[in-house]
Amino acid sequence: MILHLTTILVFQLIGETLTRSFGWLIPGPVLGMALLLLFFVSAPRIAKAIQPTAQGLLSHLSLLFVPAGVGIVGHLDRMGSDGLGIFLALLISTVLSIAVGALVFTGIARLMGAEE
Amino acid sequence: MNELTEIWTYLAEEPLLWLTATLIAYSLGDAAFKVSGKRAYVNPVLIAVTLLAVVLWMTATPYQTYFEGAQFVHFMLGPATVALAAPLYGNLSRIRRSAIPLLCALVAGSATAIISALGVAYAMGIRGDILVSIAPKSVTAPVALGISDSLGGEPTLTAVLVILTGVMGAVMATPLLNLVGVSDWRARGFAVGVASHGIGTARAFQVNETAGAFAGIGMGLNALLTTVLAPLIVSLFI
Repeated sequence: MILHLTTILVFQLIGETLTRSFGWLIPGPVLGMALLLLFFVSAPRIAKAIQPTAQGLLSHLSLLFVPAGVGIVGHLDRMGSDGLGIFLALLISTVLSIAVGALVFTGIARLMGAEE
Repeated sequence: MNELTEIWTYLAEEPLLWLTATLIAYSLGDAAFKVSGKRAYVNPVLIAVTLLAVVLWMTATPYQTYFEGAQFVHFMLGPATVALAAPLYGNLSRIRRSAIPLLCALVAGSATAIISALGVAYAMGIRGDILVSIAPKSVTAPVALGISDSLGGEPTLTAVLVILTGVMGAVMATPLLNLVGVSDWRARGFAVGVASHGIGTARAFQVNETAGAFAGIGMGLNALLTTVLAPLIVSLFI
């Protein structure tokens, strides 16, 4: 468990170090994820061992967004007169993006015969 | 009474109180979610944020003080993002097989999110730094802040818009995808991850393991693509 958690932290650390030293705009954890995936491919036994720890971390992913979410409190008044416009922009674009993304995926999959 | 005030003064300054409060608020939200029969609109994040906002407001606690305690939870976002490698690895062969639909959906979903958000905001008379702050709202928080900052937006406002977008995506995904008639878990998860990052991904994991894994890769890939697309699209609006 400790070893598995350490592995995850080490990959985050590598990701952070690389993105910062080269000034890349992708965040350290995203690069860390990509590198850990490559590591798993080269070492399937380790991937299997880390699986339960990773699943434990991900089973309550929603919880981790709460502190940042509470930050909304300080911004309610900032939005002011633009509040409605911002709200509509987020709402409409989220509806369109999910619908378009999913329909393009299934449409192309059908064309290629890669349906499941 | 004086003693009580003293204890409160002490606790209000310590991380323990707000860390515990965050976990309690989330547990209540999660319990409500389960009691409701896992309905999407009973979103645990939304409930926890609302409860904590009310408590902070009633006790006149600054967000800074709250965050001193809550930062331990916030910190885990990084390791959790790295841990996404595990479900990705588990679904690697399915991801490989659907690489082309996946990349097409990525470009379509990402561009739609940025163009429609900026288009609606522009039509509603929003200009300047607020308009720019909206552009990266579909992307996971750390990347969105970086993009917003480099384009001349307001990173703190972007952080709020990112969370709002995530909650909206998590709440609407299931009914919306049923409405448009997409039943493929890969497509459902991927589109939600592209449009509403980690909060959408968390929701996808609650529904289906495959959807969760595809949401995770959608989130990761869109973080990369939006870094390239957002500056191009923003330049059309200003």
